[in-house]
Amino acid sequence: MSVGGFDAEKLSVGDIVAEQSYHLTRDSLVRYAGASGDFNPIHYRDDAATSVGLAGVLAHGMLTMGFAVQPVIDWLGGDSGKVLDYQVRFTRPVFVDAEAGADVNVVAKVGVLDQAGARIDLTVTFRDETVLGKAQVRVALA
Amino acid sequence: MPVNAELAGRSYPAAAPYLVGREKVREFARAVLATSPLNFDPEAARAAGYADVVAPPTFAVVVQEHTLAQLLADPDAGIDFARVVHGDQRFRFTRPIVAGDELTGTLTVTSVKTLGGHSMVTAETSIVDAGGAHVVTAISSLVVRGDE
Repeated sequence: MSVGGFDAEKLSVGDIVAEQSYHLTRDSLVRYAGASGDFNPIHYRDDAATSVGLAGVLAHGMLTMGFAVQPVIDWLGGDSGKVLDYQVRFTRPVFVDAEAGADVNVVAKVGVLDQAGARIDLTVTFRDETVLGKAQVRVALA
Repeated sequence: MPVNAELAGRSYPAAAPYLVGREKVREFARAVLATSPLNFDPEAARAAGYADVVAPPTFAVVVQEHTLAQLLADPDAGIDFARVVHGDQRFRFTRPIVAGDELTGTLTVTSVKTLGGHSMVTAETSIVDAGGAHVVTAISSLVVRGDE
């Protein structure tokens, strides 16, 4: 069977199915704040972030969770209806510099193949450290 | 004030229905750097079998948020929002959210654990459509830092 651009029967555990880098800027954070309704100022004001002991403005965890699954959806042919379950643990902040922004890398690998479809495991890194733990996407392949 | 240990098992009344707008879906899709035409183009979504544009998976948090606000505003829960850190997040889907859905979320606290001086509150929001059919369950674990 074929879904998107791949042949599900030729998939193996460990295959990298998608890989994508995302460049975030402060604009990305303001845009996400407006779209999601999460206006916590630690996501757009340095003084608010440093006043609670953070090194600076950080991305919303839900923004990182939001884009980290997009390479998998592209691999599924753009149909997010094939995502059955998606979970993450927020383990490290993504600091977004006012000038340089932040670069976040996503690698999506097949973790499990079974009757229900596949579990895709995401490795999401910023400055060479993972920022999400147990980031798993359950997808239907039929 | 510590988190109320008796909170586990408590449910809150269903939040007011949330009507999913097409432009809101597009706005959210742009914000999470989505590129699929199904998120933006109603014709593409219909061709794939959906009634209207499809929301990215994490859009469910927008609906869940209204139910988390009930929990955080409950003085008896004892959760100081200034001390809350988002620990884990999960979504379990029966189907994706599409524009036009009228969604209602009902939150239940499933567990309260104490780890060192911190508390971990896990809350599950079941989101159903206007016909009462399940769409997605959103699960958050909130870490509430204790007094330093």
